[in-house]
Amino acid sequence: MKRQTLENPSDTSLSRVDGAVKVTGRATYSAEYAVPELVHAVLVTSTIAKGSITTIESREAEAVPGVLAVISHLNAITVPGWPPKKQPAERMPVGTAFRVFYDPLIYFDGQPVAMVVAGTREQAVHAASLVRVTYQKETHQTHFEKNIHQSGIAQNVQRSKNSPFQDYERGDAGALANADVKIEAEYTIPTQHHQPLEPHAIIAIWEAEDKLTVYDKNQGVKSAQGQLAQAFKVPRENVQVVATYIGGAFGSGIRVWPHTMAAVMAAKQLKRPVKLVLGREQMFTSVGYRPYNKQKISIGAGKDGRLAGIIHEGTGQTSMYEEHLERTVLASRALYASPHVATRYRLLPLDVGTPTWMRGPGDATGTFALESAMDELAYALKMDPLEFRLKNYAESDPERNLPWSAKSLRECYELGAEKIGWKNRLREPRSVKRNGMLLGYGMASSLYGFHRHPSKARAVMHADGSVTVQSATMDIGPGTGTAMMRIVSKVLGLNAKKIRFELGHSALPDAPGQNGSSTIPSVGSAVHAACEALKGKLIGLAREMPRGTGQEWSGVVRNGQVLGSGDDKEGISYADILKHHHLNELEVTEESKSGAERDQYSMYSFGCHFVEVEVDPLTCEVRVTRVVTCADVGAIINYKTARSQSIGGIVGGIGMALMEHSAMDHRFGRYVTTDFAGYHIPVNADVPPIEVYYIDKPDMQANPIGSKGLGEIAIVGVAGAIANAVFHATGKRVRELPITPEKLI
Amino acid sequence: MKPFPYLRPKTVAEAIGMAADDPGARYIAGGTNLIDLMKRGIASPTKLIDINHLPLKKIEHRYDRLRIGALALNSDVAIHKAVVTRQPLLAQALLAGASGQLRNMATIGGNLLQRTRCSYFYDLALPCNKRKPGTGCGAEGGINRTHAIFFAGNGFGGIEKSSCLAVHPSDMCVALTAVDTVVVVNGRDGERRIQMKDFLRLSTQQPELDTNLGPGELVTAIEVLDNAFAKHSHYLKVRDRASYAFALVSVAAALQMDGGRIWDARMALGGVAHKPWRYWAIDLMLRGQVPSEKLFREVAEHEMESAKATEQNAFKIKLTSNAIVAALKTAAGIS
Ligand SMILES: Cc1cc2nc3c(=O)[nH]c(=O)nc-3n(C[C@H](O)[C@H](O)[C@H](O)COP(=O)(O)OP(=O)(O)OC[C@H]3O[C@@H](n4cnc5c(N)ncnc54)[C@H](O)[C@@H]3O)c2cc1C
Ligand code: SF4
Repeated sequence: MKRQTLENPSDTSLSRVDGAVKVTGRATYSAEYAVPELVHAVLVTSTIAKGSITTIESREAEAVPGVLAVISHLNAITVPGWPPKKQPAERMPVGTAFRVFYDPLIYFDGQPVAMVVAGTREQAVHAASLVRVTYQKETHQTHFEKNIHQSGIAQNVQRSKNSPFQDYERGDAGALANADVKIEAEYTIPTQHHQPLEPHAIIAIWEAEDKLTVYDKNQGVKSAQGQLAQAFKVPRENVQVVATYIGGAFGSGIRVWPHTMAAVMAAKQLKRPVKLVLGREQMFTSVGYRPYNKQKISIGAGKDGRLAGIIHEGTGQTSMYEEHLERTVLASRALYASPHVATRYRLLPLDVGTPTWMRGPGDATGTFALESAMDELAYALKMDPLEFRLKNYAESDPERNLPWSAKSLRECYELGAEKIGWKNRLREPRSVKRNGMLLGYGMASSLYGFHRHPSKARAVMHADGSVTVQSATMDIGPGTGTAMMRIVSKVLGLNAKKIRFELGHSALPDAPGQNGSSTIPSVGSAVHAACEALKGKLIGLAREMPRGTGQEWSGVVRNGQVLGSGDDKEGISYADILKHHHLNELEVTEESKSGAERDQYSMYSFGCHFVEVEVDPLTCEVRVTRVVTCADVGAIINYKTARSQSIGGIVGGIGMALMEHSAMDHRFGRYVTTDFAGYHIPVNADVPPIEVYYIDKPDMQANPIGSKGLGEIAIVGVAGAIANAVFHATGKRVRELPITPEKLI
Repeated sequence: MKPFPYLRPKTVAEAIGMAADDPGARYIAGGTNLIDLMKRGIASPTKLIDINHLPLKKIEHRYDRLRIGALALNSDVAIHKAVVTRQPLLAQALLAGASGQLRNMATIGGNLLQRTRCSYFYDLALPCNKRKPGTGCGAEGGINRTHAIFFAGNGFGGIEKSSCLAVHPSDMCVALTAVDTVVVVNGRDGERRIQMKDFLRLSTQQPELDTNLGPGELVTAIEVLDNAFAKHSHYLKVRDRASYAFALVSVAAALQMDGGRIWDARMALGGVAHKPWRYWAIDLMLRGQVPSEKLFREVAEHEMESAKATEQNAFKIKLTSNAIVAALKTAAGIS
């Protein structure tokens, strides 16, 4: 077992290959492509939450110099993949993706109702402010707390017996009732928005009647390609989606959103390339969010600290037209060896836009409740919270009754505890001050399911012995290309300088979108397979070449060479192999996917976070002053970029725990915190020293590279750990995020 | 953003002339507030007068006062030697505001005249008496966690029903309100000198007015009078994150101490009213006293008796009280 740390002198990881391009402003993001004839679109959005449009007065806007069109449901082109419009318009049945400029119906505040297209963005913005829309209002329901009694089992879940979101129960329900110590508590997390710094943006170009290119900020070029091809009824290969650089997304780019469709429709209608960039305030209603949710946990244990049972109920917000499901209550089934566990998950449809996955979807939410409740129970038991978790350590998956493919959570706990100095803390809450501040320590566990999707990669060896590897995977920030180069470098024995990795283009070999922490496990395996195949071919070609008597080419590659076997280790370079065979290039494409191992093992990434906080006893401001995080995600491919992933997740968790909250005025059904002065995310001063450790032990059951996902578990559990530290510092248990001064005063 | 003419005067007289007779004209200094307001359609100047070429950048100490030109940058003022030594409260308040980048652009004049951060004020789709008089106050009965707890008439028997619950967002103005400051303005009728305490307005029936600046008047400088508070002053800002956030509440506390006793005291509170809230009685309450946490707690609670919470900001009453205690402790140097 290797314990990777930054201080590890043997760390040979690569620096981000596109780092220099990014920090010097040379990376081209979606909105930045220079396209001739480009025109600019700006959305006009609804100011009511439910009802229908009665009139759209656009003459004044159309009169603004440079304006080409004001598009709305009154004059938008027909999208061939959408059903014919009904007269009069009818509300969409549940399960329908929102269709922009389709009919006059309003489903949520901030919904696009019109779009101005003009020669410059300034003209379009000005004209958009002149479009007057009138509405027939209907009573809307956006208030989660006031409507929670209306929640129910998702229709989608009712229909599918095998849905993981079905009610679940194992063991004897009586066990909890008879437990020595019991806790029952409710936890609330308000709506939170991804708000990556780069706003969502698209340039749509119809190259021909049936040929479309889009530069679009999204997390999956292949799925965007498929969705656009289907909507516009053109052959898939006629649609190309490009997203080479992405300035953060956190889940906001997983699907094709209405604004993307709007730009593509306008480009078709006007026969001009159209650019659309969302304004910051539009980012609150256009690209999803982490849904408002409420959870109830009943949890009990014997005096010996052994869990008797957990009942975890959760309700999440969704829109009236789509059911967004999250893993909110699922962690409780697998994280601890509790003999009795019951989970129930409900949805509450409201007059809001559809939520979407946001980093650690469901699990970040669910573990806030579960890990807070575990902490509460530990204090009630007068037991150390870490010791309590170790007592209930699940040696195998208690949900599926399968062995773990690998699990080193115990080592994570040990390492994290050692680094933060866990055993030195005084257990009593509100017992320690440092420089006048209340000091507290908290911890939480983290887990995230393993996702591996079929993926392809192509590897092309060039005449000079350099290699280009391609896959339609994405880089929304983790440094995908850098990690992939590391895999290529290892398999082919090549210096990084001789490797080029291409991603973010739908013409490349099939790969899943970047979500669910699946990129390294899926695409990494495909890249590994392609490089292994290429290596095999190179060795094969080498073996066809003459050698001295009794000598053979080995199966070993190093420094861009196939090595000789026996005493004479001298090798032959890849370039020479290609040259000898008169080859300009040598190409292989491989697909990689999971097999029967998925039914034999239960696969998760695991981890834990230890947090130190200071709370001002008078002003009740909470500041995180130190974080130690330790993860078991199998083999670490590239330590440096992995560490950045973990740091990013922790920072996201600090935001989730202490500040992020999209406040809505329910009288209007409208968000009011729609800029960065109102919607707080952590700034540098909020980010403490963060120490990142990995149990760098390959999980060879999971995939050929032994590596599992890291992106999500980096944030899963952080909010719980912080809330637990705040309790330790102040003696106050805050069960409603974010933890702002009013909750402690 | 609506199209507008953009002018660049070279002298104060020229600038004032350009603004005369055009009530829609606006001066622009750093632009860190005005441009945002224009982008969101809240301000639509008929004419933009860029005053950055006017000779109003000087920071100097003359006779009994520190004179700071209206175009001096927040960042320059905050580290100016005369400011740091004579008026450390002002330096602290400036550094507590915004971010490094913004302070490098923001001017003293612009800081005085920055507008509220009430979210309803920023959203054209929502009602707001300040933006559009008579439409109603969106924050009343809405999202008002950060709104005012002190109103006109507070403490003088009876609170006027306010048509605006917004708070003034500036940190600098809180410090300037605590000590004696004069705002020097220039208009068609010549120079006027306005006491800081009278420069900003409490919200009355005309919430659209933040200040008592006349139409077309230009702020040319502020003058901070010398005082004996340098050794015992503290600006405390309570906020939702460690930096780069407007104050939930802030306290500018200034004490003059000798022989272990307090001989003079000033205080202004930020984030609690339509303008920085001067705690007038504090001098009476602290003069001659030996500092202690108990004393400071009494003093804090006394002022908070006249505070009035809205639906979501009751916590600010206790928070302000605590912040007063904390600021006074630091200023007095007791733990
Ligand atoms: C993201 C963000 C965070 C911020 N955080 C804080 C904070 O924490 N604390 C804080 O105190 N402030 C904060 N600010 C506000 C900042 O201090 C102000 O924006 C700045 O001081 C305004 O100065 P300016 O020169 O840019 O003014 P401008 O934007 O140029 O002008 C503002 C107003 O003043 C008028 N004006 C400017 N100069 C004169 C003059 N000489 N005479 C007459 N009228 C004039 C303009 O016409 C305009 O109406 C923040 C701002 C932003 C954008
Ligand atoms: S508090 Fe003032 S600024 Fe805010 S909505 Fe009410 S009137 Fe407008």
